[in-house]
Amino acid sequence: MADKTSGEWEPKVIGFLCNWCSYAGADLCGVSRYQYPTNIRAVRVMCSTRISPHLVLDIFKAGADGVLLGGCHIGDCHYITGNYYTEKRVRLMKRLLEESGLEADRLRLEWVSASEGEKFSKIVTEFTEHVRKLGPSKVKKDESLMARVAAADDASETFRLRALSGKEFGLVTKGNVYNNKLDPAELDKIIDSATEEEFERSLILELSRTKPRSVKELGGIMELPTDKVLRHIVVLRQKNMITMEHPEGFTPTYKTIEIGGEQ
Amino acid sequence: MIHMTDKKANENDKPRIGVFVCSCGSNIGGFVDVPSVADYAKTLPDVVYATQNMYTCAEDGLSNIREAIRKHNLNRVIVASCTPRTHAPLFQATCEGAGLNKYLFTFVNIREHCSWVHMKEKDLASKKAKDLIRMGVARARLLIPQEEAKVEVEPVGLVIGGGVSGMSAAASMADMGFQVHLVEKDGELGGFVRLLNNLYVTEKGAAETIAPLIAKVKGHKNIVLHLNSTVKSVEGFIGNYTVGIAPKGGEEKKSKVGTIVVATGALEFVPEGLYGYNQYPNVVTLTEFEILCKRKTLPKLKSVAFVQCVGSRGQKMSYCSRICCNVAIKNAINIVDNYEGMLGVMEKEGTLIDKIPRQKKATDEILERRRRRRGRGSEGEGDAEEVKLGPSDKIEVTVFNRDVMSYGVEHELTYNKAREKRVKFVRYTVDHLPKVFMEDNQLKITYFHETLKLERTMPVDMVVLSTPLVAQPDAGDLSKMLKVPLGQEGFFLEAHVKLRPVDFATDGIYVAGTCKGPADISESVIQGSAAASRAAIPMAKGYVQAEALSSVVDETKCTGCGTCIEVCPYGALRKNEKGFAEVIIAACKGCGCCGATCPEGAISMTNYTDAQLLAEAKASLDEEV
Ligand SMILES: Cc1cc2nc3c(=O)[nH]c(=O)nc-3n(C[C@H](O)[C@H](O)[C@H](O)COP(=O)(O)OP(=O)(O)OC[C@H]3O[C@@H](n4cnc5c(N)ncnc54)[C@H](O)[C@@H]3O)c2cc1C
Ligand code: SF4
Ligand code: SF4
Ligand code: FES
Repeated sequence: MADKTSGEWEPKVIGFLCNWCSYAGADLCGVSRYQYPTNIRAVRVMCSTRISPHLVLDIFKAGADGVLLGGCHIGDCHYITGNYYTEKRVRLMKRLLEESGLEADRLRLEWVSASEGEKFSKIVTEFTEHVRKLGPSKVKKDESLMARVAAADDASETFRLRALSGKEFGLVTKGNVYNNKLDPAELDKIIDSATEEEFERSLILELSRTKPRSVKELGGIMELPTDKVLRHIVVLRQKNMITMEHPEGFTPTYKTIEIGGEQ
Repeated sequence: MIHMTDKKANENDKPRIGVFVCSCGSNIGGFVDVPSVADYAKTLPDVVYATQNMYTCAEDGLSNIREAIRKHNLNRVIVASCTPRTHAPLFQATCEGAGLNKYLFTFVNIREHCSWVHMKEKDLASKKAKDLIRMGVARARLLIPQEEAKVEVEPVGLVIGGGVSGMSAAASMADMGFQVHLVEKDGELGGFVRLLNNLYVTEKGAAETIAPLIAKVKGHKNIVLHLNSTVKSVEGFIGNYTVGIAPKGGEEKKSKVGTIVVATGALEFVPEGLYGYNQYPNVVTLTEFEILCKRKTLPKLKSVAFVQCVGSRGQKMSYCSRICCNVAIKNAINIVDNYEGMLGVMEKEGTLIDKIPRQKKATDEILERRRRRRGRGSEGEGDAEEVKLGPSDKIEVTVFNRDVMSYGVEHELTYNKAREKRVKFVRYTVDHLPKVFMEDNQLKITYFHETLKLERTMPVDMVVLSTPLVAQPDAGDLSKMLKVPLGQEGFFLEAHVKLRPVDFATDGIYVAGTCKGPADISESVIQGSAAASRAAIPMAKGYVQAEALSSVVDETKCTGCGTCIEVCPYGALRKNEKGFAEVIIAACKGCGCCGATCPEGAISMTNYTDAQLLAEAKASLDEEV
């Protein structure tokens, strides 16, 4: 938190801690008087699995410098399988952050058990210092970064990415409906390319929300070949999420449809 | 069936928040400027009252909260003090006592998460305490009163599996006065123990030992016995299960039960391809050996070798099966003591019996070596006869082991007894596994003598392989039906190894016996009785109350894709008649996985909505005003 007296920038770090392990570990850390920097502000949730990518990306949008997710060690989740999903979702969040251009290491996932009080203080200290080195998040100052983070957030809310990250754990452990277990690396590839596509589409929607834009213009801003932009636009039009304006002009432009449409 | 507790506050009331900042003696007061924090709290939106206490959890602190609720007509209460993990129930009860729904209470942790971890930076710690309270206020403003669902519990138990653990569970529940359905897929009760010859420590016949338990279960007026039957379907949740029980080839009949105990036992690992099993006729497993002994159909033997840890401890299975050392010792003693009584004419039926050779003469070589080992010359002088011999003079028994796990008081004594009876224990390591082979029509075993660092070969007449107990092959079906987990090795997985060893994480379902891992009879009986008393708690109480932490499905958004049903670890979601997801409040634990997963964003979490979490988190980013 910006210290008014000194005027120096201080990293704003938000922690989401699961009630049963990492929050309890933070409690033990206090009981044992291990000290750590004052920057972190913890929010208690029942399980780390509660943290959807939207919660994290929205907080980055609001200007957080760092987000720490704390859960139980794999296999110890109070809700049995909760943190397996957390792990998968964090991977997705990081991929989306990479797409957006905001440093993915502003987000960290750590497993802290109820008995690891000292570990909690070390993690918080280390992470706070890491965020301090990264410097203040530029999201609030850099409009184009803001648009990209917003697009990452929107992408995380699409049916495709939510369904994929929800089913991912089941697909590699139990197999699909045909009982074929998927190779995790193969699935990662599928998710990565879906992430890229959904991010690009969300960014097109984000950019065309306030102002109609041409394919060329979008390609320029997004640093994407125009044929790729055009392909996205075709899909978005099919889904009734974007509309073409001034078709009589030489260069058609596209504008995001605000309400309705299938996500 | 579902009763709601009274709603106490109107959700449309404008928030009137009271903040109580605790000094906790000097625990907080010594490191945080409590008066200035309380003053700051007064400036926050919707806060109509803020104060500080020396000890908020002491009686005067609590009565201060009750008074303020009445006097200032508070409809939200925030206590900024220690940790919700220990103190939330106390403050929630205080609020309820003053007529405020407990879900309108917010806890802010400024001790464990602030004063105690920032002891040298009072200014920054005070600033953080203010931020944390601002976050709490942001959350409190969005809270809505919740009702807790009370669900009645059917006072009927279901026990799956009629081995010793299942029978113990059924008998205990029945003795407590509950009706019990006991479902056994075989035609007889008793489980694995029925196959056994005698039992270690007691050395009594296995059938004889468990006969009283079987008689009790069969004769109990509260037990409905379903032999030759299995459970075909399970629906519902704690207190309200509908289970379909069907006899072999027969029709499924539905029954209502409140709790379920899983006691389906385990099987013996078949050492296919190991140590000449199924290759040489006189290589058998421990169980097969016990069957031979029990039926008194042992062939004539001079030398028997037991090989321990066959397929366990990192070979096929990762674990130690715990019981086999003691079972092998039991059988070793038994054969030394009772060998002659167990000889018999071969039975022509069972395939197992067929492959045991009629008679094997021990070669002179063994006799010779045996004499040598006992310190006698092969010529055998008369005085040598004075050496007191154990019964093993008639038969030589060797136990090849990696380590002997004869844990506890009794087992160690039995192990010593075996040694006194001249049972030999020869150690092997995984680098030098013993080898079993046939040479000149004689079964032989080669092993590496760890002390002499020499390879030795010895002729044997029978090799007994101690293989681990393994999970039932159909455990997965039951696991899916009941929505309870299996561990890596396929055994059922309890809620907590230490603190909840016979519970499943899912309320209302319990586990006992070897279906959750290797155990002997006493342990299985203990677990069966324990599971019964755990299962009796909700049945005796008559109801369960669910904390209002569950997920909520918005049917206008749900498409019925079923993803949430897949991810819920407790089977707390199902499809309703309309094809939409529906939460079973009594079964949901509020983890939030379904909420974070639903591709349509149709699921929200009671008391932990996105809006509440985001408001709380984002409030930390605001600058102090
Ligand atoms: C060779 C050997 C020797 C042993 N010797 C001793 C000893 O000397 N002393 C000792 O204390 N312990 C001994 N044990 C261990 C003992 O056998 C077990 O502790 C005991 O059998 C465990 O009882 P249980 O009820 O848990 O399981 P089980 O005895 O396996 O019973 C499970 C029952 O559930 C039934 N079942 C399975 N699946 C279903 C289903 N889906 N639906 C309905 N019914 C089902 C089975 O038919 C069976 O009747 C020995 C074990 C072995 C392998
Ligand atoms: S995941 Fe969402 S849309 Fe799918 S069935 Fe569940 S609530 Fe409905
Ligand atoms: S919150 Fe957790 S326990 Fe409840 S229905 Fe959703 S996934 Fe299941
Ligand atoms: S409860 Fe800690 S990660 Fe699930």
